[in-house]
Formats: sequence, C-alpha cells, structure tokens
Amino acid sequence: MLIRLLRTYLRPYSRQISILVTLLVAQTVGNLYLPNLNADIINNGVVEGHLHYILSTGEVMLGLTLLVGVCAVIAVYWASRVAMGAGADIRAAVFTRVQTFSARDMNQFGTASLITRNTNDIQQIQLFLQMALTMMVIAPIMCVGGIVLAIHEGAQLSTLLLVAVPVMGAFVGLMMVRVIPQFRSMQIKIDRINQVLREQITGVRVIRAFVRNDSEADRFATANAELTDTALRVNRIFALALPVMMGILNLSSVAVVWFGGRLVSEGSMPIGNLTAFLTYILQILMSVMMAVMVAILLPRAAASAERVKQVLDTVPQVSDPPSPVSPSAMTGLVTFDQVTFAYPGSERPVLDDLSFTLEPGQTSAIIGGTGSGKTTLLNLIPRFFDATTGHVIVNDVDVRSQAQEVLWRSIGLVPQAAYLFSGSVESNLRFARPDATDAQLWRALEIAQARDFVAAMPGGLDAPIDQGGTNVSGGQRQRLSIARALVKEPRVYLFDDCFSALDATTDARLRAALKAGTQDASVVIVAQRVSTIMHADRIIVLDDGRVVGMGTHAQLLTSCDPYREIVVSQLGEGAAP
Amino acid sequence: MTMGPMSVLRGGVQQPQKSKDLRGTLRRLLARLRPERFKLTLALVLGVTSVGFVVSGPEILGRAMNVLFNGIVGKELKPGTTKAQAIQLLREHGHGQIASMIAGMNITPGVGVDINDLGRVLALAALVYLLGAAFSYFQGFTMAGLTQRVMSGMRRDVEAKLSRLPLRYFDSHPHGDILSRVTNDIDNLTTTIQQGLSQLITSVLTIVGVMGMMFWISPLLAAVAAVTIPLALVVTLLIARRSQVQFTAQWKQTGTLNGLVEETHTGHELVQVFGQSAATIDEFGRQNKLLYRASFRAQFLSGIIQPSMQFIANINYVVIAVLGGYRVASGLLTLGAVTAFIQYSRQFTMPITQIASQMNMLQSGLASAERVFEFLDAGEEDPELIPALNAGPPSRGAASVKLEKVCFRYEPDKPLIEDFTLDVAPGQTVAIVGPTGAGKTTIVNLLVRFYEIDSGHIWLNGVDYRDLTRDEVRGAFGMVLQDTWMFAGSIHDNIGYGKPGASDEEIVAAAQAAHVDGFVRTLPEGYATVLDEDASNLSSGQRQLLTIARAFLANQSILILDEATSNVDTRTEVLIQEAMARLREGRTSFVIAHRLSTIRNADTIIVMDQGRIVEQGNHDELMGRQGLYYSLYNSQFSGVAT
Repeated sequence: MLIRLLRTYLRPYSRQISILVTLLVAQTVGNLYLPNLNADIINNGVVEGHLHYILSTGEVMLGLTLLVGVCAVIAVYWASRVAMGAGADIRAAVFTRVQTFSARDMNQFGTASLITRNTNDIQQIQLFLQMALTMMVIAPIMCVGGIVLAIHEGAQLSTLLLVAVPVMGAFVGLMMVRVIPQFRSMQIKIDRINQVLREQITGVRVIRAFVRNDSEADRFATANAELTDTALRVNRIFALALPVMMGILNLSSVAVVWFGGRLVSEGSMPIGNLTAFLTYILQILMSVMMAVMVAILLPRAAASAERVKQVLDTVPQVSDPPSPVSPSAMTGLVTFDQVTFAYPGSERPVLDDLSFTLEPGQTSAIIGGTGSGKTTLLNLIPRFFDATTGHVIVNDVDVRSQAQEVLWRSIGLVPQAAYLFSGSVESNLRFARPDATDAQLWRALEIAQARDFVAAMPGGLDAPIDQGGTNVSGGQRQRLSIARALVKEPRVYLFDDCFSALDATTDARLRAALKAGTQDASVVIVAQRVSTIMHADRIIVLDDGRVVGMGTHAQLLTSCDPYREIVVSQLGEGAAP
Repeated sequence: MTMGPMSVLRGGVQQPQKSKDLRGTLRRLLARLRPERFKLTLALVLGVTSVGFVVSGPEILGRAMNVLFNGIVGKELKPGTTKAQAIQLLREHGHGQIASMIAGMNITPGVGVDINDLGRVLALAALVYLLGAAFSYFQGFTMAGLTQRVMSGMRRDVEAKLSRLPLRYFDSHPHGDILSRVTNDIDNLTTTIQQGLSQLITSVLTIVGVMGMMFWISPLLAAVAAVTIPLALVVTLLIARRSQVQFTAQWKQTGTLNGLVEETHTGHELVQVFGQSAATIDEFGRQNKLLYRASFRAQFLSGIIQPSMQFIANINYVVIAVLGGYRVASGLLTLGAVTAFIQYSRQFTMPITQIASQMNMLQSGLASAERVFEFLDAGEEDPELIPALNAGPPSRGAASVKLEKVCFRYEPDKPLIEDFTLDVAPGQTVAIVGPTGAGKTTIVNLLVRFYEIDSGHIWLNGVDYRDLTRDEVRGAFGMVLQDTWMFAGSIHDNIGYGKPGASDEEIVAAAQAAHVDGFVRTLPEGYATVLDEDASNLSSGQRQLLTIARAFLANQSILILDEATSNVDTRTEVLIQEAMARLREGRTSFVIAHRLSTIRNADTIIVMDQGRIVEQGNHDELMGRQGLYYSLYNSQFSGVAT
C-alpha cells in the first residue's frame, strides 16, 4: 500500500528524486573516499617521509570535503521539497475526495477517523518520506560501499565484517522487537492514567456528591503504579541500547587492530590501510544502526498509507447523474412516492413505503420515538442517502436526476447537532450567501430569537465564534444555526430536532416568528417534544419506519393512538381529553 | 546524528513552547529531584567513570598503533645498531626526513612488531571499552529508576491536587486546559527528564573528556580541534534558532489546517447543502500551500544541521590528518596519537548536535513544568475546620433542610442570591424553574456545598452546615443530573458507584427500580457491558436511567433531580418519569423541573431568572401573583386544554 501510494504521488517528482539520489551517492562515495586518502597520507607520506605528498593529498581531501558538504546540503533541500510536496499533494487529494463523499461514505469512515486520516496519517507518511529520502538511501550505499572499500583495503580482514555486521544488526533488531511492544504497552498505560484523570475532571460533581474521592485516589494509584512499572522496565531495557551498540563498535575496532596488526607485522598489509579499515568498519556499523532505526518507522507509515489509500479509493455512493435535469421552477414542493429505505444487508427497512407531499407554505412535523426513522426521512430530501425503492421528488424532479449542487440550492438544513464554523457570527450567517446585507442578517436573528444575545455579545455580528461554536451555549448555538438557514432563504427548510436545547418560552416565540418568516417555503420539523410541533399544519407520526398517522394535532388526538400516548406522556392526561 | 530510536521517532514533532520564568521553574524542578540527590550523585559518578573509560579507549588503541608502527619501522633498520646509530646512518644516506621521524619514536632497530606487547595493549583497550559500556548501562539504569520515581510522585501530587481544588476552579477553567496540564504537560515533562537529562549529562561529560584527552596527547592538534567546538556549537545554534522559528510557523499552520479539516469534515452535510464545497477546497489549497512552505523550510533548515556538522567534522579530520601526518613525519608526534585523534574528533560532533536538540527539548519540557506548577499552585478548598462525624451521620430516610438568609455571589460585585430563606420539611418536594441560563444549578451548588455560602445558614436535620464536614453534607444527597457522567467501566460498576461494596442483588434491584434492568439484559454482555469513555454506546435516555439506578442504590435522604429536556425518545421518557417519581417517594427532593405534573405538585416552587431568585411559593400562590411564573406557565402550556 505504502509503495503504491508513494509511486503515484512521487511520480511528479521523479526528476527531483533522481537528482537527489545522484547527490546522495556522490556524498556517500566522497565520505567513503576520505579514509582512503588518509591511508595514502600515512602509507606514502608519513612512512616514506614525503611532506609534500602529505600537503597535496590534504588539499585533495579538503576539496572533497567541500564537495561532499555542498552535495549534502542540496540533497537535504530536495529531500525536504519532495517529502513535504508529496505530503501536501496527498493531503489535498484526500481532502478533495472527502468533499465528494455522501453521508453514507462519511458514516462508514466516521468523521473522527477521516480527520485523522487527513492529518496525522499523512504526517506519518511525510515523516517517513523525509527519513527515507535521506537515511534510507545513504545507509545501503554507505554499507555496500564501506564493505567494498574495506575489502579493497584489507581482504583478509574483512572476514571480521561477517561477524560484526550480523551481531550489530541482530542486536539492534532484537532491541526493537523487544522495546516496541513495551512502548506500546506503556502508551496504553499512559492512556489509562489520562483517562482516569479526565474522568476525575469531567465527573468532579458526581465524585464529590457520592463522596468517592478515596476510591478515585485508589483507582489513580493503581494506574500510576502500573505506568511507573512499565516505564521503568522500558527505560531499563532502553538503557542497555546505547552502551551495547557502542560496545560492539569499540570492540570491533579493537579486533581490527589485533588481527590487522598481525597482518601488518607480517608485511601483508600496509599500516595506513589499517587506519582506513578502522574508519570503514565504524561507518558500516553506523549505517546498519541507521537502517534498522529507520526501518522501525516503516510499519507505522505503512499502516497510515493503508488508511489514506482507503479514502482515496472510495467511490462516493451518491453522485451526480451523467446528464442532470434542472427543475424548471424552484417551487419547494417535496413529494415522497412509495419510498422505502433499508441499509444494505439489513433485514428490516428503516423507512417502509412512505407516500406524502410537503407543500410550500405549510409546516409539516414529523414525530416518533428514537429509531422510528425521522432523521433518515429528512436525509433523503437533500439526497444524503438514496431511497432503496420509490422516488423522492423535489421541485417536480426526482432528486437522483438533479445535479446535487442544484438540489442543495433550494434546501436550508438545520441539523440535530448545531454546528458552527470558526470565524464570527457574521461569517457563519453569511455561510450560504456571502452577499446578504446586514439587515437580512438581523432579520434572520430576530426570527431565530437570537437578536438579543447577539446584540449583547462584544462585537455583535463580529463576535468571534470558536470551532464548532463551543464558546456559545447549546441553545444559542441552535438559534444561530437556525438563523444561518434563514439567511439562505431556501425553498425547503429542514429542521432536525433543533429546538431541544431551548426553554419552552423561547421555543414558543421562535415557532411563532418562524411561521411568519418562512411563509411561502416548505417547512419540515422533526421533534421529540409535542409542544414544539402541535401547531403544525400537518403532523406525520412515524413508528418503526411506517406512517401511523397524519393530520393536525386535534385530528390525531382522536384518530391516532400512538400520538395520543406521546401527548399524554409529555403533557399529562389533561392535555388529551 | 542524534542517537536512540526515540529521537528518530519524535523528529521535531513536538510543539515548541517557551516558559515565562525559566529560572524559577528550573529551581522548583531541581527541588523535586532533591530527595533523589544521592541516586543522582551516584548516576553522575557512574557517568563520569563510564565516560572516563570510553574516552581513554582511543588513546590506548593509539598506543597499539604505535607498537605496530614502531615494529614495522624498526624491522627496516639494520639489526644490532642502536637507535642513535640508525638515525645517523639514515641521515648519511640522505633520508633526513625519516631520521627525524624515528628520533621521536620508541624503537629498537631490527626488531619487528612485539605481538605480545600488542596483545597486552589491546586487551587493556577491550577491557576499558567493556567497563565503559558497563558503567554507562549502570548509569542509565540508575537514571531510569530515579526519573520514574520523581515523575510518579509528580503525577500523584497532581491527582491529589485535583481532589483538593474547589468546584469554582473547575467551573472557571476550561476542562480542556486542566486536562492538558495534568496529561500532556506531565507526559512531555516525563519524556524530557527521561531522555533529556540523562543524555545531556553524557553529552557534556563526553565533550569535556574528549577535550581533556586531546590536550593531553597533543596541545597543538587539540587547539585546532578546539576551534571546531565553538564553530560547531555556533553553527548548530544558529541553524537551530532559525529552524525553531520555522517549526513554530509549521506548527501554527498545521493547527490552522487541521482545524479546517476538522470542521469541514464535521460539518460535511452543511458544507454540501450550503454549497460551500468548492470554496472550502480553495481555502484548503491556500492553507495547504502555506503549510507546505513552512514545513519545507523547517525540514530543510533542521536537515542541514547534520551535513553541516559532517562538514565541520570532515574539515577537522583533514586538518588533523595533514597536520598530524606532518608532525609524525617530523618525529614530533607518534602515529598512534594521530589515529587516536582522528577517532576523538569523530566522537566529538555527535554530542554537540545532541546538546542542540536537547536544548529544544529542555525548553519545551520546562514550559510544561511551569504549566504543571501553576496548576499545583492553584488555591485549594478551605480546610475543614471541624473534625469529621462531629454531629453524627445524617440519618437515613427523609431529612429536613432549612436555609436562612443565605447570601451568595460568584463574583463579589455581582449580587446573586440575597437573603434567601427556605424551609423544607422531610419528604417535601421543591421545584426549581426558570428559563435556560437562569442559574438553577447555583442552588444545587450551594445545597451540596460545591460552593460555600457567603453568609447566612443552612441546616441539615437541624445541624448547621458549618458543624458538618463537606463529605458529611454530600453524603446526605443523591443526585441525578442531566450531565450523566459515567466512567469507563462496566454497567455493574457504574451503578455500584452509588454504594461501595454493593452486592449483585442490590445492583440488580436498583436497576429494576430504575426500569433499566430489562434494557441491560438485552445487551450481549448484560451488566458486564463495558461503557466506553463517553458512554456513547448508550443513548442519553439510557444513561439517565443508569444514573437513577445509581441514586436508588445510594439511597440518600435528600435528592437533587434534573429533569431532562432533550434528546430522549418518548418511550424512554415515560420510564424516566416513572423512575424519578418512585425515587422521590419518602425522600426530600429538589427538582430542576420542566414537567407540568412535577411543578404543580411541588410543595415549594423557586422561580429563577438571570441568576437570581425572583419568586417563591406554591403553584396557586404564584399563579395568583401573575409574575414571571405565571407567564412562563402560560407560554409553555398554551393551546393545551388543562
């Protein structure tokens, strides 16, 4: 997955990558050649007593150093460009793809998961790419080059490499294998302790009301002891890593001098080659260490790539028809014609054979218990889902025959969870209509019963809104969300149980104003509270996905038992004579 | 190069922060290390010993090289001559250069490499390296125990602090901020101390040790190498400072972009229906480009630290090779000394780059420490003035509550509750009503003593609150709030929270009383079902039923109930209503009421508006007064035949 993803997104950078690899090869070869020159200084200069040779070779070394340095800096430049550029490309691709998703695609992934995939996962890939483009290229060249040159400097000595390299590789590998699961278990312990603390903060009232401070302290003490234990174990294993690696490195040097020394004394190897060999073996072992460490980033990046690829490979389940039909007029008429909706593979449909018409100028309410299909019904109108059988017709055209952009233009949605975007009150209200006048905004606020508190906010319309609208209360958020839909002046209003956080007085006032403010549009209200919907022109009572009653409050009270039950439970026996 | 896989993994992923009072924070942090000072000294001694061994290794290896070199040069000379004769001979044959080199060497003409001597020297080298590694491990081992104990203690203090903070603190600080201090900041600080402290000590010691050895072997070459230290340090710090700026920019931009992604995906439907997809993609493209620029710069700048160090190291290497070779040839230095030197100069750059990266880590760690200390310094609840159980435990069964001239203000200059008097007989129901945000929870806060009253008296069963401990007061109250808090654990444990050590039968009985037993039994795991963190696997109505069960089990004499208004389906609502009514039987209760039946039957109704109590009385009295209650009542129930 990682490779396939990278192949696609690195292709535009193939020229830069070939430059990069060339530079890295040059840099590594240069670094490897330096000890070789140093060997020459000792063999030909020092041993023979040629001062001039020492100086001239020194000049060559200096030049080489400069070249290597320049290569390295340019290589880092291109590595950063490519890694960050490819990362940005992938990020944009994921974001753009998600924009085309239907509600069902969103549900399948879950919003939180999509956010992680669009941010953290891509960051992981970027981090890996940055390392891979430098270290992963250098390490093998360094290792192979080092081995070749080491053999060249002292063929007999290189058998030492057969011992040192596997020992180093095995130890580093073993450490990783042992330490990584421990790190994971430590992370779990950290998560646990953070969870206990979070619960103590959010549940502070309950804990104190039940006088359970002591048991909370015990819970924490257990979690803390477990974390300390694991952390101690991890760090003690970890304390072994550096000493052992340095030990292997240093003992290898000692072995080189011992075996090499015998060769030198026998005259089968010049002494300068010995010093060069020493440097090579260090470089080889370092590159092995480097390679193994980068390799541990691989599984994580691969997992991230897999998750990103899933998003990119998803074909939206709802898309525009090849030749969309445009409605001739935005009447606001919504018709359900024998609509049934079932989730794929489920036995029972969520909505079962619904037929009704929502007319402009009328307020229709939908009521029913949890799971009766109210929100699903609402979601079929803007085509968040497609009906399994039957037709949903908006503005006299089946929603599946329309371009989604066109369909959405006539719809004003106020979802169950009022969500505001970061910015200001004004930017939220102008969300759909950037050209709305201030007067229009205030009018919408007035209807939504939000005028007073917006006026009282510092800055009024300019008052800042945090992401999600968390800096205003739940009731205020709902009212601003309603105002936002009002500013759009759509033909069809969809209110999905969005009055729940309002107190009865505000609810009543809002409903009255709404009736006046949405005169010729179709209004659909989904609600749990009878008081919210009992004045509607028509009430549709849903039970288990079927319409069990349709009519006005008064009509239903006498004709529809499920409705009567709801009324009695909420308003008392007296409300249903 | 930075060592250790952790530093590879973290690779600049950390949010840089600056602390306000660096010295003060450092001092307090050191004070925390004080109980561990013996272990710390031990670690330091072990570290010095280890570095001492490791640093002397190359010098001993150099001596081995000398043995070798002496041997092969000596072998070339005429056997049987003395060293002086051999030099004389070389001079006569025009090999003046070699003669002067040999003058500086310890050789016996005609004798080859002394393998035994070589063996002895190398055995010493191997021993020194082994000891170095062993002591380094002991140091790491000691440091691990030390830091874990310190951090464990710190976490314990933070938790203990949480339980001593007044409710006022939780209400006036965003939960996210408190949480971040007690989790993220503590984590960050732990990593800093764990990795940073240990490595910083080793790095500094290594630099000092290597420098010392170099000066001991050859002051001239050491002076050359010494020039590269400040050079490397300056270059590293210069680049690090610049890249830090870019990293900050990168983090800021990442935050902006992630925020955009988060809100676009969360508000997906809205973005689509309000026709903002194209505009959002444009905006994302713009922010993404900015992030690309910042992250590219940050990666590039931090990436050139390593090649720069390599460059400086290489120059150092060349200069030492040339100058060293020159001096060996001139007999002023041995070959072994030069090889040792080359190794030293290689050991040198690593700790310097490490120090630079640890400085960043340390800075961010200190900023976290400061935030944790700030939290630990926050004002605590007033200490209890009276010993526990002074007045005996509040009796079971209904209790009486009496408030007399109670005054309370959240902020001293904003009058809130003034001279509030209320007499509740055992078994009575008090309804608290008022529009959203009217401050109904203030009354709850005072009753269960989450906040202390400014003046006046509250009596529980005739005992003044001031003669009771906070826990004794709270022990008399059972609460069912809209904020249906559950902890991550089984349903069984969550219900059992109301009564420590409750038996299974008691828990099931409580669940039955709260009408939640049937539902729980439909779950595959039944009472053992584990609730996730936000209990999001239950509906809000089911959560509320569980809290009612919890209150049943706790069986306290006074109840505080918050009737839910939202998001509960009608059938569950009936269940909740019945359960609450049953819970109220035989108990004194305070109800934040929305339901007609509850309000009308209440013995006393408290009407609140804008944080203050505006009316008080029973239904008929308040209707007769035609005030706020009257209009509230009428607006809520207009159009319904009553």
